[in-house]
Amino acid sequence: MSKSLLICGGHVIDPASGLDEPRDVLIEDGRIRSLSEPGRLAAASSSHQLDASGCWVVPGLIDMHTHLREPGYEYKETIETGTRAAVAGGYTAVACMANTAPINDNAAVTQAILDRAEAAGLARVYPIGAVSKGLAGLELAEIGEMHRAGIVAVSDDGMPITDGGLMRRALEYTRMFDLPVIVHEEDRAIAGDGVMNEGEMSLRLGLRGIPAAAEEAMIARDIQLLERSGGRLHVAHISTAAGVALVRDAKRRGLAVTAELTPHHFTLTDDAVAGYNTNAKMNPPLRSGRDVEAVRQGLLDGTIDAIATDHAPHHRDEKETEFDHALNGIVGLETSLSLSLAMAAAIGLPPLRLFAAMSLNAARILRLPLGELSEGKEADVAVIDPTLKWTVDATAFESKSRNSPFGGMELTGRAVYTIVRGKLVWQLDGAARKSEKKSRVKVNA
Amino acid sequence: MSFAHRHLLGLEGMSREELTFLLDTASSFKEISERDIKKVPTLRGKTVVSFFYEASTRTRASFEIAAKRMSADFISLSGGTSSVTKGETLLDTARNLAAMRPDAIILRHASSGAPAFLAARVECPIINAGDGAHEHPTQALLDALTIRERKGSFENLTVAIVGDILHSRVARSNIFALHALGAKIRLVGPPTFLPPEMRHWGEVTSNLHEGVADADVIMMLRLQIERQGKHFFPTIDEYSRYFCLTKDAVRKAKPDVVILHPGPLNRGVEIASDVADGPYSVIMDQVTNGVAVRMAILYLLINRPRLEETDRPRLEENEREVPVVTTSANDKETRPRLRRKVG
Repeated sequence: MSKSLLICGGHVIDPASGLDEPRDVLIEDGRIRSLSEPGRLAAASSSHQLDASGCWVVPGLIDMHTHLREPGYEYKETIETGTRAAVAGGYTAVACMANTAPINDNAAVTQAILDRAEAAGLARVYPIGAVSKGLAGLELAEIGEMHRAGIVAVSDDGMPITDGGLMRRALEYTRMFDLPVIVHEEDRAIAGDGVMNEGEMSLRLGLRGIPAAAEEAMIARDIQLLERSGGRLHVAHISTAAGVALVRDAKRRGLAVTAELTPHHFTLTDDAVAGYNTNAKMNPPLRSGRDVEAVRQGLLDGTIDAIATDHAPHHRDEKETEFDHALNGIVGLETSLSLSLAMAAAIGLPPLRLFAAMSLNAARILRLPLGELSEGKEADVAVIDPTLKWTVDATAFESKSRNSPFGGMELTGRAVYTIVRGKLVWQLDGAARKSEKKSRVKVNA
Repeated sequence: MSFAHRHLLGLEGMSREELTFLLDTASSFKEISERDIKKVPTLRGKTVVSFFYEASTRTRASFEIAAKRMSADFISLSGGTSSVTKGETLLDTARNLAAMRPDAIILRHASSGAPAFLAARVECPIINAGDGAHEHPTQALLDALTIRERKGSFENLTVAIVGDILHSRVARSNIFALHALGAKIRLVGPPTFLPPEMRHWGEVTSNLHEGVADADVIMMLRLQIERQGKHFFPTIDEYSRYFCLTKDAVRKAKPDVVILHPGPLNRGVEIASDVADGPYSVIMDQVTNGVAVRMAILYLLINRPRLEETDRPRLEENEREVPVVTTSANDKETRPRLRRKVG
């Protein structure tokens, strides 16, 4: 006997069907049973009811680029803490990168990740397998074996695929499994030993720069390979204006290329590095204001398909060090939604398109039966209060790590309920929510 | 005018007034090094720790002499001989040093921003003695003092900085300081050392003769020999063919040009021996002024809390201030007093 769940009083936004209306949502047996106009649906006697008044009810967010760190780096994050951070941020599914220890370049590791995720019982976890054995960029990993175990894409993320011949074969070979090849585009020879974006700020700080051309050159190479290889190319964390232009042009040519963008790359410029802030150190680096404008434009015109967090937890000791020695990356699952809402408002991206970028589009790229909120679909749902003001406190993150450049920032909009497989797995602390709402009223009064 | 900074991390953002005050203070300290007995008790009972993660002879010796001439206890640590070789982090090392309650830590480090990192985490004043490719503020101050002694002021001066500006902390500190002081800056070197954004810092050229034409000051940078093989230039020989400051090049400059070099010299690479040792060279003045500048910085940072309590008299123009210290055995009485002297 499974319980039913009624989400009432909310405003449903479902990019797949284009529905953008007040609806009550009834969930049964882990699936969406029905959507009905407000008040029409009397709660069944057994059903649990969630009050979503003033809230948006959207398909659970899907992050196609997460580092869960388990196995091997459990001091940074575990599958359990990482998926808890996910559901706290409104995410119901995450795809996790292969750079664990051992590396996810074989079916045994893939299976182990899936087992741990099931035990955690929070967000759904979809492993991404390595392209090359040991992420070494020398020979293909057993992609078919990992596919049988459940990977949804391949990627050597963190390590660019320097060998163009290997890249070509990876694009060809993955056609057999319809898996996208997710690429961290960086020409390491051009990037040199750079630690931040090359520009005025790197010059002032005396830090070695990574020119935008390091990313652009590799995107250009892979698009040219794609022309003949077939397969599907997905550009991870695109950060440069010219990179976006290359993807835009490739899409016009009808090539199977998609791209994702992180909240930090559409929010911050390399000015955030001032003062040698290691929480502004990531790869690709934060770019110029011109690049930020261009990636936002790319999202607006559909060149960029998905918003992905590149959630990269690191221990405090790995960030509290000289800038040169600090590790790359920031945590992102718990701030992504709020930053995306702010960006969407700033550029005039309507909610239907925003939530396509945060859910449906990732599902389509990864071929997941998710990201839709209509009858019969999987009941992965986020209930979002789009007006809730909150102040980012990294010490309060569900993630094990606190490496965020957004600490102290006042943001608006937050997930209040997260439902996975029809089960409420997370809700924003009621008291906190109430008091924050109250303070908001006060401010507005 | 007082010096409101707790640390000396860099010169970027410092005003002309602050820089002038630093130079005036340094200038007033020069006299101590001219004395027969080169020691004043100004910093007696104070402990200065110098921590050099990178090799240095001149800068470290200069700081040590500066500290000792003011009677501070000076402890010198270097990367090779310390716990750094045992894998201790910079933060742990610094915390341990700070727990021993030094009155100032002088840091040289290969990573840009390392002094700023420490300054945010330990209690005592941090003096940047060179961090990566970022800043080397005491070097630029001693350069500015040397220029001011020869030229009187910075107005309408053209300063040509020649060499590997991209990787030079000396160049950065000088650019920030000289710009604030009102000098006109030219940056000279192969295009590999001159990224496009450098245009905002000054006039940019890759022709040495053009770059030094009618210059009042030529500042040569030391070429890091290890850059060879990293594609910045093909060989040292070819570099010196285009960028070695020879007598010929010097003739293009103003007749009263002065030539600076932070040392150590690569003779025949970036500077010809006859130029380095010739009449326009002020390289030894730089070294002498280095001690005075570092005395001034140690004095201002270590005595800062007390200076703030003291209502220091404003000095009229053409008066120099010289810190004079009573020779009382009581440490509390070692506060410097100002003696007015007509300059």
